[in-house]
Amino acid sequence: MKLNSPEELFALRDELSHRGDRPRVRVCCGTGCRAAGGEEVLAAFEREIGRHGLDVEVTSSGCQGWCERGPLVAVEAEKVFYLSVDPQDVPAIVDHTLRRGLPLPRLLYRDETGRPVPWRDEIPFYRKQLRVVLRNCGRINPTDIRDYIRVGGYSALAKVLSGMSPEEVIEEVKRAGLRGRGGAGFPTARKWAACRAQQERPKYLICNGDEGDPGAFMDRSVLEGDPHSVIEGMTIAAYAIGDVPEGYIYVRAEYPLAVKHLELALRQAEEYGLLGEDILGTGFSFRIEIKRGAGAFVCGESTALMYSIEGKRGMPRQTPPRSVERGLWGKPTVLNNVKTFASVPVIISRGADWFAGIGTEGSQGTQVFALTGKVRNTGLVEVPMGITIRELVYDIGGGPREGRIKAVQIGGPSGGCIPESLFDVPVDFDSLQEIGAMMGSGGLVVMDEADCMVAIARYFLSFTQAESCGKCTPCRVGTYRMLRIMDRIVEGNGRIEDLEELERLGRWIKETSLCGLGRSAPNPVLTTLRYFREEYLAHIEARHCPAGVCRSPGHFRINPEECIWCGLCAEACEDGAVRRTRQGFSIDPRLCSGCGRCRAVCPTGAVLFTEEVAV
Amino acid sequence: MGEPVPERGVRTEELATRLEPILSRYRGQAGGLIPLLQEVQGELGWLPEEALRLVAEATGLTLAQVVGVASFYAQFYFQPRGRHVIRVCTGTACHIRGAPKILERLEEELGIGAGETAPDLSVTLETVNCLGCCALAPVVVVDERVLKKRDHKKLWEWIRKRRVE
Ligand SMILES: Cc1cc2nc3c(=O)[nH]c(=O)nc-3n(C[C@H](O)[C@H](O)[C@H](O)COP(=O)(O)O)c2cc1C
Ligand code: FES
Repeated sequence: MKLNSPEELFALRDELSHRGDRPRVRVCCGTGCRAAGGEEVLAAFEREIGRHGLDVEVTSSGCQGWCERGPLVAVEAEKVFYLSVDPQDVPAIVDHTLRRGLPLPRLLYRDETGRPVPWRDEIPFYRKQLRVVLRNCGRINPTDIRDYIRVGGYSALAKVLSGMSPEEVIEEVKRAGLRGRGGAGFPTARKWAACRAQQERPKYLICNGDEGDPGAFMDRSVLEGDPHSVIEGMTIAAYAIGDVPEGYIYVRAEYPLAVKHLELALRQAEEYGLLGEDILGTGFSFRIEIKRGAGAFVCGESTALMYSIEGKRGMPRQTPPRSVERGLWGKPTVLNNVKTFASVPVIISRGADWFAGIGTEGSQGTQVFALTGKVRNTGLVEVPMGITIRELVYDIGGGPREGRIKAVQIGGPSGGCIPESLFDVPVDFDSLQEIGAMMGSGGLVVMDEADCMVAIARYFLSFTQAESCGKCTPCRVGTYRMLRIMDRIVEGNGRIEDLEELERLGRWIKETSLCGLGRSAPNPVLTTLRYFREEYLAHIEARHCPAGVCRSPGHFRINPEECIWCGLCAEACEDGAVRRTRQGFSIDPRLCSGCGRCRAVCPTGAVLFTEEVAV
Repeated sequence: MGEPVPERGVRTEELATRLEPILSRYRGQAGGLIPLLQEVQGELGWLPEEALRLVAEATGLTLAQVVGVASFYAQFYFQPRGRHVIRVCTGTACHIRGAPKILERLEEELGIGAGETAPDLSVTLETVNCLGCCALAPVVVVDERVLKKRDHKKLWEWIRKRRVE
């Protein structure tokens, strides 16, 4: 079915959305729910509904957000939202909810008082969220273009093609204040306008779906759960920039389902005349091709990504010339993140003022976070910019699972660790930069007292060090040297001078590296040094890891001359390694895990540490 | 990867016939090197030296250029892979929820390190950075199937059985 004009699209949309609401059951088959058994639940629904001969539509959806409690099932007509559904629960759901219109309390969310909460929007996890980028994720069937059209999809494209000039489109995006969601927050309209102004032809458009942050999955969720919004956003961008015959979507290697859904979406969009030659009969043409990444974090960087598409090693180059001047195949190129493109259709449909009204002065709109770590509710969340970290962690995340929350790590390997004392800082591009962190990818990992900040910083550094492409010396050699020092500290062999050396190296690497990888790689170490220095000192001076994570290679022993038999060490030891005998206290090396707690509590300094002699 | 995995020292002529349908589509196109390598690896399961030579010939690049690109990316393998692949997520969320311990135990029980394949080609052990299901952390994936926590026990049993055999 080919749509030959914008009017035909609007007519189809109206027809689809008015076609009486068949009761609809949406089973989440996003990454988290799929892994938890979403597909089996979907199959069980199909079987059960078929058996009863009910007129109910069962579809799979993309990520509905609350991965922690998956598989999630939304029965839309009844406004009932079930958590942790097992295939065995399905007959009861069909019987109660679909046939008799009753909720099934045991699968509902319960608030603190134990009262069941039937519908999604009243659950605290969802209440403070505002879904703009994820507007369709989990609410439509990503494998059916008609479902996207039904909820207003491609209407923005039709609106643009039937009456807006490219300049007007850019102006609208500019007034909305849209900043790139790939991490750095560069104003999107400025990038488009700069590329539009270039004389060289043709131009190219690229969607960055590399998502290399080792704790992030929002771009993946958008590509899997709402691929058409990205395609629509790219097509609008191509029109605004002009002379762009072709665009690429660069998808990370680990995301096969995203590729599958995108391929399907591209095919359907072409069939409907919404992509390819003569889109909606307006004479405008644009094609999109998928490029699969081959596994390199640095390929998320714009110039590296372009080399990778050209079939070369993905190594960043010096800028300028900027990509908008000389990008892919040496031609002017615009590169934007998945979420940036996905935001464009709503800006056009609902207007720049609406979008600009969300968020803060300098950071309009919303931000998507992958909330993980030591909170009760983990999953994918989208909130207006300017919300505080505290609201994210406590209201949406539901607070700690146990113990006390100590910090959050925001922005992945290029971001920083933020202590509890700064949780009232608003989350926006500029405020985060001020406290040494970065919006980065939008990874948000919550850490409690059982996490060692030194070890976390070392973890991120080991990641960036391994992913450094090696082209420039500060990053290649500098991160390696920092990592060796961090290793030493974690192992209990640190020296006090190491801290200054880390700071000096970190500053240099940030200032002199070629690309954003090196320029941000020291952030996790520098922020933890700034906010959690006492943990570094404990590792160095007391050879003790306060969180009990790091093990030192060596052994502890008690010096009987100094021991006053207070027994504090025995109390502190979680391994039961401190023995009490007639002769006094001693440590059984076979049970000792080397946490160093005994040494930290000893009032007389009787616990000695002997380094292991290298063999 | 149900196809037979070529062992080391495959015969070049056989390989050339098998890869011809893929190579012919990329002949003379240096720009298509990465998708070409992906397809060849999709066919063979890994990239033997002979295959890399064929790729170089087809694209008109030197072997050094081809290997230079292939070795840059983590997804290309230069060793045959095991019939089963166990991947441990070492992404941030999994890291703080105990992935290092699982990895250590797997290395010990399988007798191979991360990134290695057992000499009998029965299993490959790998690490990955975030599979996007952090809510299930720590995540272990066996042959594309994500293990739920209660399935971890089955994994250990399976490994133990394998050792007895
Ligand atoms: C090492 C490195 C990795 C990056 N990884 C990504 C990524 O995975 N996804 C992304 O959209 N941007 C990534 N970026 C940022 C891109 O270079 C670029 O700024 C961004 O894609 C531009 O899109 P935007 O203007 O829509 O934000 C990365 C940058 C660096 C330096
Ligand atoms: S960190 Fe392991 S799945 Fe995300």
